[in-house]
Amino acid sequence: MISLLLILISALFFVGIVTKLKAKIAARKMPSIFQPLYDVIRLFKKGTVYSPVTSIIFKVAPILYFSSILSAVFFIPFAGEAGLLSFYGDFVFFAYLLAIGKFLMIIAAMDTGSGFEGMGANREALYSMLVEPAFFILAGSVALFTNNISFNELFANLHISTNLSYTIGIASIYVLFYIAMVENSRMPVDDPKTHLELTMVHEVMVLDNSGFDLALIHIATWLKFAIYGSLISNFFIKSDWNIYEQIAIYLGVQFIFACLVGIVEAFKARNKMNKNPQWIIVLSAIAVVTFLTALIITQKITLH
Amino acid sequence: MEELNKILKIKNNQSVDLKDINIFSYTNFYQIVINLLKQHENHCLNYFAYKTSKGLHFIMAIGDDKSHNILLLSHILKSDEKPELKSLTKEIFALHIFEREIHENFGVNFIEHPWQKPVRFAHNRADKKMQINDYPFYSIKSEELHEVGVGPIHAGIIEPGHFRFICNGENVLHLEIQLGWQHRGIEELFLDKENNLQRNLLAENIAGDTVIGHTTAFAQTIEALADKHLSEQRHIERALALELERIAIHTGDISALCTDIAYHFGSNVFGILRTAIINFTQFWCGNRFGKSLIRLGGTHFPFTEELKVELLNVILKFEKQFEEMIDITFRLPSVQNRFDFIGIISPEQAQTIGTVGLSARMSQIERDIRVTHPNIAYQKFHYETITAEKGDVFARFLLKKKEIRKSIAWIRNVMENYKFDASPDEKPNYQLELQPNRFAISLVEAWRGEVCHCAISDEYGKLKHYKIKDPSMHNWKALELSLRNVEISDFPINNKSYNLSYCGHDL
Repeated sequence: MISLLLILISALFFVGIVTKLKAKIAARKMPSIFQPLYDVIRLFKKGTVYSPVTSIIFKVAPILYFSSILSAVFFIPFAGEAGLLSFYGDFVFFAYLLAIGKFLMIIAAMDTGSGFEGMGANREALYSMLVEPAFFILAGSVALFTNNISFNELFANLHISTNLSYTIGIASIYVLFYIAMVENSRMPVDDPKTHLELTMVHEVMVLDNSGFDLALIHIATWLKFAIYGSLISNFFIKSDWNIYEQIAIYLGVQFIFACLVGIVEAFKARNKMNKNPQWIIVLSAIAVVTFLTALIITQKITLH
Repeated sequence: MEELNKILKIKNNQSVDLKDINIFSYTNFYQIVINLLKQHENHCLNYFAYKTSKGLHFIMAIGDDKSHNILLLSHILKSDEKPELKSLTKEIFALHIFEREIHENFGVNFIEHPWQKPVRFAHNRADKKMQINDYPFYSIKSEELHEVGVGPIHAGIIEPGHFRFICNGENVLHLEIQLGWQHRGIEELFLDKENNLQRNLLAENIAGDTVIGHTTAFAQTIEALADKHLSEQRHIERALALELERIAIHTGDISALCTDIAYHFGSNVFGILRTAIINFTQFWCGNRFGKSLIRLGGTHFPFTEELKVELLNVILKFEKQFEEMIDITFRLPSVQNRFDFIGIISPEQAQTIGTVGLSARMSQIERDIRVTHPNIAYQKFHYETITAEKGDVFARFLLKKKEIRKSIAWIRNVMENYKFDASPDEKPNYQLELQPNRFAISLVEAWRGEVCHCAISDEYGKLKHYKIKDPSMHNWKALELSLRNVEISDFPINNKSYNLSYCGHDL
């Protein structure tokens, strides 16, 4: 329960912090940290417009997308304590909950019949497909390392103490960070700020969404960021600390994560579109390194 | 060749008697033009037609970069002749746009022209039945390919234009650009408005980003037609404004390029730097884009020694920050990676399609009016042109940077070696008497490339024809070619790196 609450709270401010920091670095006047919230409230007050060529898919997709992400939140553990839902092998379920939401958004984009949206859907599908192995290899290696395969126990039994296990820790955090960037269509894969339809990935897919639906999509993005932030924070938080320390560290990690997103986005140009697949595959490659390290630590393979 | 000697040669900003422009038979004209334009130092500045009592009078102006001359030649299509001419485009591709324009306006059929598409759907076009929505796009019938149409209404705040891509997956096979949505009939308005002040204001609004370029060309044309000679300082002031415009727009372009690759840091800093320059222009004349600065026959805002101090301060500050930021930007691997090898135009291609200005210089072609056809200001203070090598987005980016540096150096040179006199003896004169039956031409190297204005007066000293050519006329083709076999997601940075004018083209 506490995990759910914390994720919801940090989700509210995550994008606000990123935007504020980006503006600060780029020497711009900063929007309020609550600006994303105001935007969503404004959207909720508006009516929704549907194009006459769309079908029921387009109408239900945002709600299903949102609910799939929200249910994924239930699986996130906090400091060795299981999330609302937890079962044997739940991280596979978690990954495909996210995937099904994405799948719905992709077919909804195709449903509009717009040339741009088809293009965006096509790109999003490719990148999601490429980023999937990175997540599974990473989760697999942590599972192998701790000899557990549910989210909760996975982190509860994660003891980072030896040099090799630091490798796993650092590589996992790095990979999770960039998976979060890809999944949320941020830099360097996609630029959420762009106005150029031809270079968009995620933004172009939701061009036809408006009002209530668009608000849900925005909230889903916040949640996704908070989910990955929580996963990362679980690498740091130890279960034997008292609850206030844990919460403080958790919020600290979320804050630093948001700042890092802002910094990475401010000081970098985005990738060439055709370099993106290559770049995403590198994440999988790093995950493989983690996997090998886990094999060495658990002495499944021995070095001579 | 004997015919070549009959061609009238003049300098930039000169006017000549219409009778002195030799009228050739079309067969001779055809041969001479091909012979001339096959040589790389020549390029067509303007080729247009206008109606006379005898029929259609065609005038072509060719710029010779070596001898700094402008060659003028003409031919006549009599009204009782069949409106058909053999197309020059097949031999000299760069002329395709001029022939299309003449075809659209006068219904002259150019035989063997590859495709006489409408240029801008002018109000006074010959075939009124042809509507802008019926533009004949090139298309390929195939199961695998798809078409993407962008515009004329765009997501950002830019001018209207329609882009039609034929794509194979993410790759663009062919891009076609359809313009004309901005057509206002400016050339006609120049004839309708008899007040020179009104014309002056019109010239300022040909293209909002080339105010100084177009207005200078206009003023020089009309002054040449009226045989009015201004003092040296007026010319230097105009050139100064022109260089300031170049610095401001190039900096703005670099900022916009940074935006398009999501490098917000660079985007904001260059945006701020641009403001410093245009604010100086406002300090000088009251308008950030230099409107009201250039006037026929004089100026309300002479450059003074106080302005000189202020300008030196502004560029000193600008230069320091610009150098620091440009260094960071150009060394950033992700920026280099994004710009390199995208949208390459080879020197041969650039030569063939007849690019001018920055779009020519990015592909090693030294085409610069300030050097080849300098006016008084650039004769006194020389400018050396610079080129880039690769012809890709990075080359255009690099060239903008270098041109800013060059312009700053030029301005410094003027500031140090010229004493400005503030005495307001040359007020604008809108009552200039045009000499009858004359032709005047003026070339200006605006930030985008050469702006060419031509004017013809009738026997009463009234304007009979006014012809404007923005560099974008030539250069849109370069953008189309840049996109061949390039990813469609690279279109925005290509487009921005050229930053061509829609309204300059549509007139």
